Amino acid sequence: MDLDPLILSRIQFAFVVSFHAIFPVFTIGLASYIAVLEGLAFKTGNPVWLKLSTFWTRVFAVVFGMGVVSGIVMSFQFGTNWSNFAQASANFLGPVLSYEVVTAFFLEAAFLGVLLFGRDKVPAGVHLFAAIMVALGTFISSFWILSANSWMQTPAGTELRDGVFYVTSWSEAIFNPSFGYRFAHMGLASFLTGGFVVAGVSAWYLLRGREVEANRKALSMCLWLLLFIAPAQVVLGDFHGLNTLEHQPAKVAAMEGNWETSRNVPLLLFAIPDQENQRNLYEVGIPSLASFILTHEWDGEVPGLNEVAVDEQPPVAIVFWSFRVMVGIGLLMIAFALAGLLLRVGDRYWRSRWFLQGMRGMSLTPFVAVLAGWFVTEIGRAPWLVYGMMTQTQALTPSLTGGMALFTLIGYVVVYAMVFSAGVYYLMRVLFVGLEDQQDDEHEVERPKRPFSATHVPFEIEGDRQHGEPANQGGH
Amino acid sequence: MELIDLPLIWAFIIGFGIIMYVLMDGFDLGVGILFPFAPNEESRDTMMNSVAPVWDGNETWLVLGGAGLLAAFPLVYSILLPALYIGVFLLLTGLIFRGVAFEFRFKARSSRYLWNWAFAGGSTVASFAQGAVVGAYIQGFETANGVYVGGALDWLTPFTVLTGLGLLAGYALLGSTWLIMKTEGYLQQWAYRITLPLLLAVLVVFGIIGVWTPFVDEMVRERWFSNLSIIWILPVLTLVCAFQIYRSVRDRKDGMPFVATMGLFITTYLGLLISRWPYVVPPNYTLWDAASAPGSQMFLLIGLVFVIPVVLGYTAWTYWVFRGKVRAGEGYH
Repeated sequence: MDLDPLILSRIQFAFVVSFHAIFPVFTIGLASYIAVLEGLAFKTGNPVWLKLSTFWTRVFAVVFGMGVVSGIVMSFQFGTNWSNFAQASANFLGPVLSYEVVTAFFLEAAFLGVLLFGRDKVPAGVHLFAAIMVALGTFISSFWILSANSWMQTPAGTELRDGVFYVTSWSEAIFNPSFGYRFAHMGLASFLTGGFVVAGVSAWYLLRGREVEANRKALSMCLWLLLFIAPAQVVLGDFHGLNTLEHQPAKVAAMEGNWETSRNVPLLLFAIPDQENQRNLYEVGIPSLASFILTHEWDGEVPGLNEVAVDEQPPVAIVFWSFRVMVGIGLLMIAFALAGLLLRVGDRYWRSRWFLQGMRGMSLTPFVAVLAGWFVTEIGRAPWLVYGMMTQTQALTPSLTGGMALFTLIGYVVVYAMVFSAGVYYLMRVLFVGLEDQQDDEHEVERPKRPFSATHVPFEIEGDRQHGEPANQGGH
Repeated sequence: MELIDLPLIWAFIIGFGIIMYVLMDGFDLGVGILFPFAPNEESRDTMMNSVAPVWDGNETWLVLGGAGLLAAFPLVYSILLPALYIGVFLLLTGLIFRGVAFEFRFKARSSRYLWNWAFAGGSTVASFAQGAVVGAYIQGFETANGVYVGGALDWLTPFTVLTGLGLLAGYALLGSTWLIMKTEGYLQQWAYRITLPLLLAVLVVFGIIGVWTPFVDEMVRERWFSNLSIIWILPVLTLVCAFQIYRSVRDRKDGMPFVATMGLFITTYLGLLISRWPYVVPPNYTLWDAASAPGSQMFLLIGLVFVIPVVLGYTAWTYWVFRGKVRAGEGYH
């Protein structure tokens, strides 16, 4: 069997970037939540806010650490597997990605340390300021990354001469046509992720009757937030979709499973796209609804996949189904947010066991939704890497062989499986130990530290019982 | 008409970034290389404590260098990374393992030995890969029309294996002299004991590389033996540094061995740069060939003018706060 370096490189990039993306999407939302908690603690002086903030900062530290580790690989992927793309787009992407690195460094160097370790060393106002700056920093970081990605989706402000992009207008390139929608959509997604994780973990604690007062407050806050942003995300997603329709109609056609340009296009609830024969099997749909959503008229004309040559179509089935997964989860989120509102009658939202179990189950769904959304937008632009300008085939490293790509793909999968299962396992330990544990590092010396130092939860479960033992136990 | 030579400025920035990275991540990688040979577990705690607060700041220079290279010299980025494909993979996975080991070793009890191996193995693999990259750079890269056209393992030759081992020994020397400076008692005595054998290993391997290099590349040969004989001052300075290491170890001076080892690295690095200048992708492309558009170089340069002083200031502050001897069980957990 011939190994195709293009397919393998695409799988590898999808794997490392998906793996990386789940960490920042959570930390961006969580950073803002921590800033809010710090603000409340500062304003009211209620120790509950402080308790919540201390705990979630600890979680933030672990997730942030994993995001940094998985991010190192990303900055080299362009060169190793997509060197023609790197060479062609460096005039724009190089500075933009460098600014992201610089922002991230600033964030970590200047403010993260104060947030994680400075509570007793700096005035409360300074600590609050650091929390706000960390939250702001995560947004600035994603600003640059999403600008780079959006430029690849809707290139602007550059011209292509002899196979190289030259920047003609920095502002047009950075604020390219899809950037604003993507940035807003992703920002809300981060808030939804942070909101559902905090709510889910709080629900789990409430089910076990742990730290009821603090966790009830946390759950209540999150439910109010979700009540507004879950529906807002649907509206925003619609705007983003209209923007995509304007610039990348083939992607929208794949999302809708619409093969022929036509009017009164139904919204398909179920179908099995059959790309070979350019049709769907087992269609179930709501008549004319896709036309209405996309054109705001029941008989509006919606472009189909027949507008582009067959070899310029994205893989339809995966885009079609990823989109349904994302939207399905989004609707489920609204349902839970509304249920939370209704259960406020009689103060039941923190006592109803089925609701708490449901919220607990919902805490992982935002990650699925975010990945599904990225699958839609990234796979949906195939075969283009820079839309309409450079295909994935053109972008591939010329010297790359299938064997090389397979070797590193397996390598990254194995390494990530080992490293991140340890990370996720440790995160679970931190959650298990919970808010009750407010102990700080006893012998703190004033030194810069690593994010994980923010928590002192031991790695192994039996470590709980050996809390007093000296740190340096020789020879196991 | 350009008033200022932007590619030249960028070459200095990247060149500066590389030596900063080599010196700073070098010693903490070196501590990782020496890790399995440490006299006992308590020493390992102290060794890790001696680099834990600074290692990730040190690695920032690598990430900045990678991104800066893409922005300022995309040709270098898009030729070197494909050419060194497997090596880059080894480097990154090595760095991941040791990075995670830093986080988890202090939290672990019964699984601590696993993190010891992750730290030592990751450091060793990453260091060897970096040394092999240096060798591959001296060898040059097979290119056509601005893309790499060689094979996946062209970088792996007897010569690059030797440079890999050379950097492994060099980083170990940086690590042992760092430990001399930062620790005391039993561990420091151990570090003193291993430093001279390491120095000998470095001199032997560097010597063989030095003799071999002119045969690997003709341009280097010409430069060394005909039109740039001033270059010979650098190996002389390297030997002066080596002698200084020897003398200060003999006299048990805590700080000097590390400083002299840095000197040894800097003179070797300058020798390498001057032998290759101004080629950034030997043997075909100069730094002016490899540069990105002037507007792009300028756009990033404006930001870096503000950032580099802050990074340097922050780095200096970190090391200042962290000055003095490290003791077991102190500080970092």
